[in-house]
Amino acid sequence: MLKYSLPLLFGTLLLAGTAPLQASAEVTATRQKELLHLLRHDCGSCHGMTLKGGLGPALLPDALAGKPAATLEATVLYGRAGTPMPPWRGLLSEEEVAWLVAILKQGVPDAH
Amino acid sequence: MRIKLPALLLLTLVLGGCATSLRGTGDLGLIIERADGSVLIVESSNRQKLGRIEGLGDLSHASVVYSRDERYAYVFGRDGGLTKVDMLRRRIAARVMQSGNSIGGAISQNGRLVAVANYQPGGVKVFDADTLELLADIPAAYGDGKFSKVIGLEDSTDNRFAFSLYDAGEIWTADLSDPRRPVIQKFRDIGRLPYDALISEDGRHYIAGLFGEDGLVLLDMWHPEQGARRILDHYGRGEQALPVYKMPHLEGWALSQDHAYLPAVGRHELLIVNRHDWKEAGRIALYGQPVFAMVRPDGRQVWVNFAHPHNDTVQVIDTVTHKVIATLKPGKAVLHMEFTPRGEHIWLSIRDEDRVDVYDTTTLQRIGSMPALKPSGIFFTARAHRIGL
Ligand code: HEC
Repeated sequence: MLKYSLPLLFGTLLLAGTAPLQASAEVTATRQKELLHLLRHDCGSCHGMTLKGGLGPALLPDALAGKPAATLEATVLYGRAGTPMPPWRGLLSEEEVAWLVAILKQGVPDAH
Repeated sequence: MRIKLPALLLLTLVLGGCATSLRGTGDLGLIIERADGSVLIVESSNRQKLGRIEGLGDLSHASVVYSRDERYAYVFGRDGGLTKVDMLRRRIAARVMQSGNSIGGAISQNGRLVAVANYQPGGVKVFDADTLELLADIPAAYGDGKFSKVIGLEDSTDNRFAFSLYDAGEIWTADLSDPRRPVIQKFRDIGRLPYDALISEDGRHYIAGLFGEDGLVLLDMWHPEQGARRILDHYGRGEQALPVYKMPHLEGWALSQDHAYLPAVGRHELLIVNRHDWKEAGRIALYGQPVFAMVRPDGRQVWVNFAHPHNDTVQVIDTVTHKVIATLKPGKAVLHMEFTPRGEHIWLSIRDEDRVDVYDTTTLQRIGSMPALKPSGIFFTARAHRIGL
């Protein structure tokens, strides 16, 4: 997963400069599946597999309601210094993070 | 197949139906299936699965302690469930939902008390190991009316437990000589965000890792009057920390006679500490952020697994030369490792490949494998007789 997400990020950055429309291209269905797996299992190691909270806070729609998507996206991309929330920039692209935050606000389909 | 099926059925009936077929429990263990709320009962002598028990709730973060007769397992689930599993009858013997969100627990020296560390509501609850009746409730209150998540709950000697308050930055010890009236001692201002802890096998040295600061905290349970003190202060030397995609777990970390091997947080290193003066004795560069480091029971090797995105790898360190002697690629997402009681084998759970693999620790070759659904923790009954596990 890591192997191609790094070039993907650079690619995204490059594209963003020249062709913004292409840059915001949809996250592919295969990648969505990988992201859901990441969310449950890797984000889940701190936020709980069902996202009800662990060392990190709950990421359920109720808990996130009223928090601007842009703020949450920034938290995921850049992390929160001085807390265990790590920056995912480099492993996840901006589009992928936006997709994840939208899914979180909506509620994650309970599949695994 | 023609022969096996009826034989298996018969065996199941005999074992499940009555207690006539005798066996010990010293080579048994549990494997957590984290996504399904189930556990596998396994036997390490012949490396086989004996059964699966379902209905243990949310096991996405789960750990296990054993009764001193090695018959019962106490499984601490993420959702606050505490389940007592009968390893011989292979069924749930008792179960209570004791909080909304918990992280782990410990069993007392005399085997009579099971204590659980909770995130929500923050605190520790103590139960009768036989009946799971609640005996004591210790809310982790701090500041003005706040409650802290509790982490790193460890059993010590002389009826004591020690644990840390993540939000408050405190270490507490609880004397449970009278289980219904715990006597608490608090060590304040130990540092920011203690995230997990371990205790040495003699129950003496309680060490908490800090997330918010560069260093660890040591409490000598033989000398509580000396207070908690900082060790390995500023091990990061002011350098920018690397991101940590999974918190290291300290319990079960490696202590040998002379050294403690501790994870650096935000550095891909193992820190070696001299156990006599608690000063740094060296570092070992690793492949990623270490999560678990387990010392082989004889003390000769340390096996380390890593956080995402390096969790397809396990490294083996020789404790005499302090060199990495092997870098293995067992598969995607190696979550946990457990040695057989005398350490000739190690079992690895490989979550994303739905497998548990067994390696020979002398040849470092894979010698077996069994299917398991999204396996995480592996816990053998030999833990029953060790302080701090
Ligand atoms: C190593 C532990 C850890 C991991 C892994 C982790 N988080 Fe976090 N996260 C935290 C902590 C701790 C906080 C709370 C930070 C604070 O105190 O402000 C947090 C906060 C957040 C917040 C802000 C919540 C709010 O209410 O403001 C979001 C959103 C979030 N994380 C999403 C994620 C996503 C998505 C992933 C996986 C891609 C992830 N986290 C992985 C520890 C983690």
